[in-house]
Amino acid sequence: MSSAITSVKTSVKTLAATVPAARWRWLAVAALLAAACYAPFQLAPFHVFQLTMVLVYAVALLGLDLLVGHAGQISLGHGAFFAVGAYATAIMLDRLALPYPLTLPLAAGTAFVLGLAFGVPAVRLRGLYLALVTLAVAIFLGPLLKRFEAVTGGSMGLTLAKPQPPAWSGLAEDQWLYLLTLVVAVAAFLVAGSLLRSRAGRALHAVRDDEVAAEVMGVRLSSYKTLAFAWSAMFAGVAGCLYTWVIGFVSPDSFTVNLSITLLAGLVVGGLGSMSGPVLGALFVMFVPGIAQDINDAAPGVIFGLLIIAVMYVAPTGLAGLAGRLVKKVPRKE
Amino acid sequence: MAGFLQQVVVGLGAGAIYASLALALVLIYQFTGIVNFAQGELAMFSTYIAWQCVAAGLPFWLALVITLVVSFAGGMLIERVIIRPVEGAPELTLVIVTVGLFVFVNAAAGWIWTFLIKDFPNPFPDGALSAAGVSVSFSTLGVLAVVALVMGLLYVLFQYTRIGLGMRAVASNPESARLVGIRVGRTLALGWGLAATVGAVSGVLVAPLLFLEPNMMGGVLIYAFAAATLGGFDSPLGAVVGGLIVGVAETLAGAYVDVIGSDLKVGVPLAIILGVLLFRPQGLFGRAVVERS
Amino acid sequence: MRVSAIGAAAVLLLVAACGGRDEGGGGTGTAASGGACQGQQTTGITDTSIKLGGIYPLSGPASAYGDIPKGIKAYFDYVNAEKGGIGGRKVEFIVRDDGYQPPKAVEEARRLVEQEQVFALFQTLGTPSTTATWDYTNQRKVPQIFVATGASQWGTDTAHPWTIGWQPNYISEARVYAQYLKQDKPQAKVAVLYQNDDFGKDLLGGFKRAIEGTGVKVVAEQSYEVTDPSIDPQMRNLAESKADVFLNVTTPKFGSQALAADAKNTSWNPLHIVNNVAASITVLKPVGFENVQGVVSSTYYKDPNDPTWQNDPEMMLYKQKMQQYAPDADPNVPYHTFGWAVASSFHKAMEAATCPTREGLRDAVRNLKGVKVDMLLPGVTLETGPDDGFPIESMQLMKFKGERWELFGDVIDTRKEFGPLTG
Repeated sequence: MSSAITSVKTSVKTLAATVPAARWRWLAVAALLAAACYAPFQLAPFHVFQLTMVLVYAVALLGLDLLVGHAGQISLGHGAFFAVGAYATAIMLDRLALPYPLTLPLAAGTAFVLGLAFGVPAVRLRGLYLALVTLAVAIFLGPLLKRFEAVTGGSMGLTLAKPQPPAWSGLAEDQWLYLLTLVVAVAAFLVAGSLLRSRAGRALHAVRDDEVAAEVMGVRLSSYKTLAFAWSAMFAGVAGCLYTWVIGFVSPDSFTVNLSITLLAGLVVGGLGSMSGPVLGALFVMFVPGIAQDINDAAPGVIFGLLIIAVMYVAPTGLAGLAGRLVKKVPRKE
Repeated sequence: MAGFLQQVVVGLGAGAIYASLALALVLIYQFTGIVNFAQGELAMFSTYIAWQCVAAGLPFWLALVITLVVSFAGGMLIERVIIRPVEGAPELTLVIVTVGLFVFVNAAAGWIWTFLIKDFPNPFPDGALSAAGVSVSFSTLGVLAVVALVMGLLYVLFQYTRIGLGMRAVASNPESARLVGIRVGRTLALGWGLAATVGAVSGVLVAPLLFLEPNMMGGVLIYAFAAATLGGFDSPLGAVVGGLIVGVAETLAGAYVDVIGSDLKVGVPLAIILGVLLFRPQGLFGRAVVERS
Repeated sequence: MRVSAIGAAAVLLLVAACGGRDEGGGGTGTAASGGACQGQQTTGITDTSIKLGGIYPLSGPASAYGDIPKGIKAYFDYVNAEKGGIGGRKVEFIVRDDGYQPPKAVEEARRLVEQEQVFALFQTLGTPSTTATWDYTNQRKVPQIFVATGASQWGTDTAHPWTIGWQPNYISEARVYAQYLKQDKPQAKVAVLYQNDDFGKDLLGGFKRAIEGTGVKVVAEQSYEVTDPSIDPQMRNLAESKADVFLNVTTPKFGSQALAADAKNTSWNPLHIVNNVAASITVLKPVGFENVQGVVSSTYYKDPNDPTWQNDPEMMLYKQKMQQYAPDADPNVPYHTFGWAVASSFHKAMEAATCPTREGLRDAVRNLKGVKVDMLLPGVTLETGPDDGFPIESMQLMKFKGERWELFGDVIDTRKEFGPLTG
């Protein structure tokens, strides 16, 4: 195992030394994708499930990053949009009996519209204040879901059948769900990437870096910020939809304020404003609580809290930044 | 009518609790310019220290003094050990560190003292003042009095002392503060120490009412945020008035507005935060900040 | 910079991929499974060992329940060391933390079943976590035994034969209070404070159904959220109703608050009934014993604080073994006693199984006939059958006097009084 890591490291080093950066990047992405496609056929179903959840969280963090990392706004309520997507999907599957592929665009659309509506007042708030409002929204969501019991199933939630693999594919349920999620996640990253390269994306960066200057240059602040909120909510909604497919159960207890805070912490730990940050953050969100329990059975929270603080020490700009710094050092040495 | 007034009194009692924690939030914001999500948990931890002292046989007031001193030192220590290394990092990094601190302190308290409820002595006598069908318990009156006292002390500190001046300078611009000779590091540490102390007062006040267990302050935090937002994040008076308004509004809405009811009450702080921020972002008592870029 | 981070992610993914590929799937155990037991699942059980997994909130807001597995572990450690295990099989009990979050519970259930290859899930705690996992355990045909939640669906549902509860379900408990009021206060006007979730609604709903057609009426109800800091406003509203009975359907912290609020309000003095979840001595003590005199509740297992059981052999054994195998845990905390009681129930069920297989355990827990568990109250037995999926449906009322609960009346068998519970 450790020798495998060393050999990977060495090959990374040699690669880094010989291949120009831009091409290296594509190689890495291709390798990552290849590994991701290969994984479900090699791993135990349980690990496939874990990776599926990593992808789900990665999509949610990608959306959150649009808002936090690229538009410079803090949201402590993204779990609410995640829940909107999850519940919208669950209701469509359970109450309306729609075929599941339809639920994805509809859930995404619902979250987008809600994000847009919420984004209108939200653009007038900054930093801390937006964080507080979104936090309050996340807390309010649970009681709200319970109130409309006829639609949402109340506190018992809704239990749903998971999408089944088509017979011709010969895939197991876990593999099918993983591949579905992988396709959606890759698409989400491509969409986000092109969004950021577009006029809107450049405008967002300008707003984040200097609002006044951006406004002077003619960027219409409020409309871009509102749009950022809506896009961000949409990705969270997509992640929520995937979540419902994979877990097959939604309840108010699944989307507490804890989820929102964990998402933001995961994103910052992973790294803001990059494409790898959400992936690293998702790995953190998924695996670190388990590791924390392995270290201290009696009080896993003690370790989890310390690990969050520790990562912020070692890598104030997140794991993506840290990894960047580490690997950058390597070629210089050789 | 008596029923309505009694509801108002119940609301004031809840509001006093929110106000006490809001004071600590305002204080730390004034000193450091960050929102400390762990403030409530630190208050809870301080309360356990007081409980431990009382359990060891110390008289309540001595236990309180020890708790305040330990909390002050603890707050400074946290600043030195946990916050200092990330000083200068983006604001969000600091916020996440306080989130980590929240998780850590909560779990540590459960680990040390278990999650079972502890009986915490009430410094105020049992019973209540009754008049015209409305009764106000001595606990509520006591909490209100102490909150008012702390508020007065903070006001004096902010307005009339060198420390207060230095602190405002540091919070608004650490670099220039450093240049004019203010010891930024010491001021920040002082801010954490004082906020932890005010938090400890809050914890000790509310523990007999809410019952001491590691999640005691979790539910209070959002209401305290609403209180601080409503009153203005730079005004101790605002925090207290804001807390009382939030408490009363929430109680009345829960009792008399059927659509809200007792289950959607938590929407009230949300509505207040949103409303205030949209129409008067500086809060009722805060100074409007004119930004210059 | 971004380049290398992607690389790092790839490395991490590879590491995860190499993490563990030891999932076998089928049974590898060598337990005797000839004859009638041929072909049944023997995963996680051998002639000398049995592996169980439990999922509890060890972190997050519901961590108080994290004490339950300590009592369970103490029991299994004792049985392993001094009794040679259950039927010669040493029990290994693996506890995982889900923080009371359903998706985490799903992950941990899969970890236990697929990676740890446990024989059965012995307890998942909480209705949300259990609901999130029971489709999985039933598809996989893994027993999910004695789940720690009193929702009625574990017994009424017919599509999940592998999942079964243990403690009296909330509706049965509500029936006990209804029965008591019908006899003692036939014209009672009841005010209810309940937690706005499955637990509160199940109990309140069950209570309303049980008093249908009687003189007992619910005149006021108020709910609270677990995120509420205090229930004082709700108590104020309930006091307005001038009801003569107050039914307190809360979890521990809110139970203390409601007891204290009732004691403080001298102008409203209803008969206070507190539900079993909040009836532990650890909830009442902080309120002050002088303030909770005459409060009524019900129970089904022995209270370690009750001097009635001071010389009870099982209670003495429990206290001694807790000291020996869980020296850090206070035996007077009822969560530990609960753990001990449920673990010894498992012991009995496992011994009753005709086949040492998953199927054998499933059938055994659904065919318990008057099984006595020494930590349960005398007269309370485990009883299940083809159309009865509730192991415990009897409870006894108790009243708080002095510094402890005092049992009164007979054990009320809700099956007899109200007929079987159906969905």
